[in-house]
Amino acid sequence: MSAMSDTALQAAPASKARGYWATVGRRIRRDKVSMACAIILVLIFASALLAPWLHLADPYQGSMIRRLRHVGTPGFPLGTDELGRDMLARLIYGGRLSLVIGILPVILAFVIGTSLGLVAGYVGGKLNTAIMRTVDVFYAFPSVLLAIAISGALGAGITNSIVSLTIVFVPQITRVAESVTTGVRNMDFVEAARASGAGPFTVMRVHMLGNVLGPIFVYATGLISVSMILAAGLSFLGLGTKPPEPEWGLMLNTLRTAIYVNPWVAALPGAMIFAVSICFNLFSDGMRSAMDIRN
Amino acid sequence: MLAYTSRRIVYVIPIVLSVALVCFLLVHITPGDPLVAVLPADASQELAAQLRSAYGFDRPLPVQFGLWLWRAIHGDLGNSIATGRPVLSEVMRAVGNTVMLAIAAAMIGFTLGLLFGLIAGYFRDTWVDKVATSFAIAGVSLPHYWLGMVLVIIFSVQLNWLPAVGAGPGGSSAWAWDWEHLRYLVLPAITTSVIPMGIVTRTVRALTGDILSQDFVEALRAKGLRETEVFRHVIKNAAPTALAVMGLQLGYMLGGSILIETVFSWPGSGLLLNSAIFQRDLPLLQGTILVLALFFVLLNLLVDIAQAAIDPRIKRS
Repeated sequence: MSAMSDTALQAAPASKARGYWATVGRRIRRDKVSMACAIILVLIFASALLAPWLHLADPYQGSMIRRLRHVGTPGFPLGTDELGRDMLARLIYGGRLSLVIGILPVILAFVIGTSLGLVAGYVGGKLNTAIMRTVDVFYAFPSVLLAIAISGALGAGITNSIVSLTIVFVPQITRVAESVTTGVRNMDFVEAARASGAGPFTVMRVHMLGNVLGPIFVYATGLISVSMILAAGLSFLGLGTKPPEPEWGLMLNTLRTAIYVNPWVAALPGAMIFAVSICFNLFSDGMRSAMDIRN
Repeated sequence: MLAYTSRRIVYVIPIVLSVALVCFLLVHITPGDPLVAVLPADASQELAAQLRSAYGFDRPLPVQFGLWLWRAIHGDLGNSIATGRPVLSEVMRAVGNTVMLAIAAAMIGFTLGLLFGLIAGYFRDTWVDKVATSFAIAGVSLPHYWLGMVLVIIFSVQLNWLPAVGAGPGGSSAWAWDWEHLRYLVLPAITTSVIPMGIVTRTVRALTGDILSQDFVEALRAKGLRETEVFRHVIKNAAPTALAVMGLQLGYMLGGSILIETVFSWPGSGLLLNSAIFQRDLPLLQGTILVLALFFVLLNLLVDIAQAAIDPRIKRS
């Protein structure tokens, strides 16, 4: 028994203790569902990114004589759309815009919301009240309504759709960031940093940020699924991308009239939105339980 | 209880005012002149100036807001540019249809959500749990407008069982509670119910799991209580949070109905909002959003009060 603990003690310095993120990484790699989702997402991202080099048909080139071909037509593995354009090419190219307008708002909101929440939570007092009461106002709107209200007022367009979704997500991330920061602020190590003369900016950047970023990050990954659905939804309504650009929400909209002719081709773009959205949701769930080391 | 209720009501007043401010400002973030939809393209400078002063757009913003708010409090949200009718009556007629859709969807979504959530939480990590959890994840990840299209493809196009669009013979004004009309509600209601089903399932599952792992449950079992009695305690403890989540979901269904109403041409507030946006009918856009947001605030208030009524601990915090 004592011999064992002796060898353990001697062995200890040789292998460095695993850090928090390494442990989280190891746990997520063992989670089959999360890894499957990660692989699907990587495939969708890679094909969207590499679309011009995949020898696909021209996603803009239509033809009146081959409109609405069925799935499995020779030369058109996923059929053609209402203007005779190759669906496979449009779905892959569509990923470029759809992923950008779905994910960019969350990234922007993550940066803005984390900064606001960190400042509100750390500084406290009147600044906290001002920031958090403003956030409360946005919570008085259902998020879909808020996104549509802002997009509708600003008018159609990709930029406006990204702006409106960012405005929808900033309050949510700010709230999470503020509550996490308030929890960390009164811990002893922050007190110690302050006592040893660190200014508020240094404390926030060096000591707080690393401790609050994890939970906010997990929350934000969970938002990507909602954001994908809403961004495509705005395009579906005609408030986002404009034709002839390939984008999943817009494709779903223009193919709506084709459901009586070729229903399953018309449903394809929505399946892409669903796939991305469910993979992000499952991956975010996996991250959450992987980061919860106590269990 | 009375003190708590009045405190909550007082707290809502600044929220309502800020919501009104946001709705008012919506019109002023629009690119160009808010009059752009009413003015003919070849309007002269004088006509533009005349209309601007007639609508009060030449006054300072705070004055405009004060006047707009004063009229809004008295039930005057202006007239729709497209139809010329008062915005409030247009919105209220449409909201009725949205409420009907939301309640039908809530009955489906909440029942299934509570059922799945309780079962999944109680039989955690069994196959039943896995099935219910998969349903829940699918529910929150589905683009609901796409689900609407798929349901139309299956039940209207392929099977021809249910109508694809509209609100029945005679349109929205001739609604009746018979199958002739109700069959138009089935697909939109199922589509709307999917997200609340998923969210209620996930919430109730987590709640049930948490409660079952608490010491008092152990104590109840040690005391020799039957499982059904233990289950009653679980439900009692889960109720306040579950209620809050369901209230919020009902609000989302009322306010976020635009996508589903567009897919099914359901004549509710969402479809009204859609036409307001694309006809650049700004008074109608502003009024619809204001009414829907106020509904949402009111619903949240009611949920808070109801929550405090069934769980006295909330009042003290």
